[in-house]
Amino acid sequence: MEFIAQHPILVVSLVKIAVLLLLVLTVLAYLSWFERKVIAHIQSRWGPYYVGAHGLLQPLADGLKFLFKEDLTPPGADRFVYVLAPLLALSLAITTLALIPFGPATIHILGQPTQLVIANVDIGLLFLFAITSIGVYGVALAGWSSNSKYPLLGGLRSSAQMISYEVSLTVSVVGVLLVAGSLNFNEIIEGQRGAFWHWNVFRAGHGAFPQIIGFLCYATAAIAETNRVPFDLPEGETELVAGFHTEYSSFKFAMFFMAEYANMVTVCCLATILFFGGWLSPFPESWTWQQYLPAAALLVCAAYLAYDTAVNMRGIARIQLAVVTVLAAGIGVLCLIPAVMPVIQGPFWFLAKVAFFLFFYVWTRGTLPRFRYDQLMAFGWKLLLPVSLVNLLVTGLVIIWPQLGRHG
Amino acid sequence: MSVPFILFFVFAGIAVAGAVLLIVAREPIHSALSLILVMVSLAVLYLLLGAEFIAAVQIIVYAGAIMVLFVFVIMLLNAGVEERTDWSKLAKYAGLPLAGFLLIELAYWLARPAAGMTAALHAARGMGAAPTRALSEMLFRDYLFPFEATSILILIAILGALVLAKGDE
Repeated sequence: MEFIAQHPILVVSLVKIAVLLLLVLTVLAYLSWFERKVIAHIQSRWGPYYVGAHGLLQPLADGLKFLFKEDLTPPGADRFVYVLAPLLALSLAITTLALIPFGPATIHILGQPTQLVIANVDIGLLFLFAITSIGVYGVALAGWSSNSKYPLLGGLRSSAQMISYEVSLTVSVVGVLLVAGSLNFNEIIEGQRGAFWHWNVFRAGHGAFPQIIGFLCYATAAIAETNRVPFDLPEGETELVAGFHTEYSSFKFAMFFMAEYANMVTVCCLATILFFGGWLSPFPESWTWQQYLPAAALLVCAAYLAYDTAVNMRGIARIQLAVVTVLAAGIGVLCLIPAVMPVIQGPFWFLAKVAFFLFFYVWTRGTLPRFRYDQLMAFGWKLLLPVSLVNLLVTGLVIIWPQLGRHG
Repeated sequence: MSVPFILFFVFAGIAVAGAVLLIVAREPIHSALSLILVMVSLAVLYLLLGAEFIAAVQIIVYAGAIMVLFVFVIMLLNAGVEERTDWSKLAKYAGLPLAGFLLIELAYWLARPAAGMTAALHAARGMGAAPTRALSEMLFRDYLFPFEATSILILIAILGALVLAKGDE
């Protein structure tokens, strides 16, 4: 007990980790529902519909199914590495979220003032890249240890792809670092204070160059890094059955699935922080009415859900959707309490931006066909890397231009 | 016993265990994995010294890039289990004593606080809260020429490897 009293930060961090883990695992489960639903509507289908109202209980059913499936290990597989691979993939993917700041507001846990981030590391961006760069092993080792042809090919493809696109990903981010002059996420966000034209994608003048090209390079490389359509060759089902996770079943498969979604969330968070002002609001600070926006958004949602419940739902689905409606309305009203209102602003904008990028991800998947492997490599090395390098060069020149004039 | 003190011994132990496993393991992938373990625990040791930047770069460059290539090549060649030979007589009778001698010598020199080391430690403390900035100022201003010369050297090495790998055409 004495040890804990001396290190209150440990307790606070543990509480924060527990809360974030709970939230993140729920969000990951519902991301699968979100993706299936959006894809379905893009393809003029209904998507999950029967388990709960609008298929809202589908993730729960899927989770239970994964738990009760038989956990197979192929004969001749390297047992240790075979078990290690999904663990590595999921734990590393979730660890990165510890570095993401969700809001600026200082909150109090056990009387300790603390920020809405688990670890506010001085070189947060580098640490995030360090963790994601080890993430490749999850996929590569899964492919190798399965002792099977298709997984091995999938693992090989994914390691080659991830190495190739990691270069462009890193270079496209350096432009932002030059503008921000810091590796700390909170400082990068604070540098974009003001309205949306101060965000790094648009900001011009005063030693800044709009990072719109950098963002496009980042978005492309990020989709490739997370092995998503149109760059999902490591698991291209027309060629490799299911790629690196062909032999995985039961919860080990679910872990790869969750790792993929966690990586998507991380990449979207990073895009929000680096290019789109993180937890900052897109409106000028003088517009005070914007603090009612989170509550208004939730209440509008609740109103629509209430309408849907009353008109379209029957039987048990009506009760389920009514519960969701009451929850949304309750949280909306909670956001109107003066003590809660300032705390909720940062997380609201952050999550709204991240949700938009997640939608963008799914949208891409519903729209674009898969690349061929040689096209993928040519695109990465011959187009994406040169473009991001030129972006870096131009950004550097624009920043150093005033200084050159002064000395020359 | 402070927390960093305990952490140091935990991760130093893991690093040494990883290094031993690297040599003992017969499957090439297991050796590669042990090497990654060594590198990550070394990064933690750097972190304990307050060298955040070096720690992150250690993981990004060694564990994240170089070792991925190692694993990639092992998978591509589908390298089989290593075959064991009888130990060579030379390694047994000359190698082991020499290794012991090297260990003692290293321990002796590391145990002595050399004048240069204390100066370096003082300089490192003086960097304050922004060691990344201090490091980059050293690399890109004070030691710019040797730094750029090294990168050109590496570029030449890459070109050389390319020429050798291509062969006659």
